[in-house]
Amino acid sequence: MLKVERICVDYGAVKALRDVSFRIEQGEIVALIGANGAGKTTVLNAISNIVPSACGSIVYLGKELTKLAPHEIVKLGISQVPEGRRVFGRMSVVENLEMGAFTRNDKEQIGLDLEKIFQRFPRLAERRKQPAKTLSGGEQQMLAMARALMSRPKLLLLDEPSMGLAPMLVEQIFAIVQEINRSGTTILLVEQNANMALSIAHRGYVLETGEVVLQGGAGELASDPQVRSAYLGE
Amino acid sequence: MFLQQLINGVALGSVYALIALGYTMVYGIITLINFAHGEIFMVGAFVGLLLISYFKVNVFIAIVGAMIVCMIMGVLIERIAYRPLRKSSRLSALISAIGVSIFLSSLALMLFGADAKGFPDSAFPVRQLRIGSADVSTLQLLIIGVSACLMLGLEFIVQKTKIGKAMRATSEDYNTAALMGIDVNRVISFTFALGSALAAAGGVLVGVLFNAVSFNMGLMAGLKAFAAAVLGGIGSIPGAMLGGLLLGVSEVFGVAIGYSSYRDAIAFAILVLVLLVKPTGLLGQKITKKV
Repeated sequence: MLKVERICVDYGAVKALRDVSFRIEQGEIVALIGANGAGKTTVLNAISNIVPSACGSIVYLGKELTKLAPHEIVKLGISQVPEGRRVFGRMSVVENLEMGAFTRNDKEQIGLDLEKIFQRFPRLAERRKQPAKTLSGGEQQMLAMARALMSRPKLLLLDEPSMGLAPMLVEQIFAIVQEINRSGTTILLVEQNANMALSIAHRGYVLETGEVVLQGGAGELASDPQVRSAYLGE
Repeated sequence: MFLQQLINGVALGSVYALIALGYTMVYGIITLINFAHGEIFMVGAFVGLLLISYFKVNVFIAIVGAMIVCMIMGVLIERIAYRPLRKSSRLSALISAIGVSIFLSSLALMLFGADAKGFPDSAFPVRQLRIGSADVSTLQLLIIGVSACLMLGLEFIVQKTKIGKAMRATSEDYNTAALMGIDVNRVISFTFALGSALAAAGGVLVGVLFNAVSFNMGLMAGLKAFAAAVLGGIGSIPGAMLGGLLLGVSEVFGVAIGYSSYRDAIAFAILVLVLLVKPTGLLGQKITKKV
């Protein structure tokens, strides 16, 4: 579905990504794990073309993404939940969700999707008129994910959904991620919480200082001694 | 006397508010002080003048005509002078804005000469009405009425329409707005169009009010409106409206109590005082630095 081939990204003189390649198949959850600063977020921003790639190619369903503007990429069915949630704090919950549906023009269907979202996330329904900045961290994460779903993505890019959340909430968020995947959305999951990420992913890639150093099935990676010592705290 | 001056002040303040809105909206989205904005106001006044003098249209049609011309001009200025510099330092864009400003006022000087031009007497029939203890001219009512309608219209666009919501989203978080599928370049063009249209309307209204249109009228009006935008909190739409009204009213009262020679200083003195106490302006949001 998505094929990333030898991309590199530079921030000035700093090489954030070097020759990063990986692929995602339809229906998968692929985890991208690695330490802080390894370049995980940069990979997502390169796919969304928020940061330009200096070399390499990113092909999604036969289309080259590196030449498209970010909003055109969303139209093709790729939606990103950015790191730190980035909800529009001064806008209401409903308005945030409407922004998620910005690329769509089918008013009735959007209304139905909103109702579905509110059934799935009752907390958001209770707070629909409130400015998003008044929501708790967990609620904001749910809003950010719900907002991304409003574009009906085929591929969902999730950046550190567990960041700053209490363990119980983390489990809840990961359960939602699995549920989203089961209903047919392919997922690329970026996480520092390697344990949780590998527990729901099908396959994974390990990123270290801008390079892919390991890859394999999620179970394989979780039992790899290198991964265990570096990322699973053993 | 008090009521009289208040009405005078609100009329002047509404025009400041119309111009200030353009500064604040553009700053809200691309953090650029559009120094050419005062000149757009001036061009609006000239377009209105030409339409009324040569095409004998009434003042409302002149306002609409000026708004359309300036909308196109605002969008073009952004395309030509600011967009190529979007990724450069903010200072480059600022210098480019000053360049556009000088270009436009010099162009107007070349085309129309240095003398202020007046409107034909038939432009707007002025009558005096008596409201309580105050004499109000129909001209003041025109200014207050047109400004109020435009600001209500703006508020509707920004709060209720899809593109207006996209504007708010983009001004909160540029990159995340793009991740929503919002074409941020289109939003920026739209913002310039809106701001320029409001300034153009202000230009025609001021031209008719003082019966004078000149190539350098954008300078002082632009600076004061900018002061109004900062006073209200730059980036905040209600702030620009409030700042404009406050500035207009205090300027008129300052003149009324005998400080007419300090007329232009009053606006800036208030600005300095407010910023000393509240650096974000009256309704400004504290800017949280994005990582």
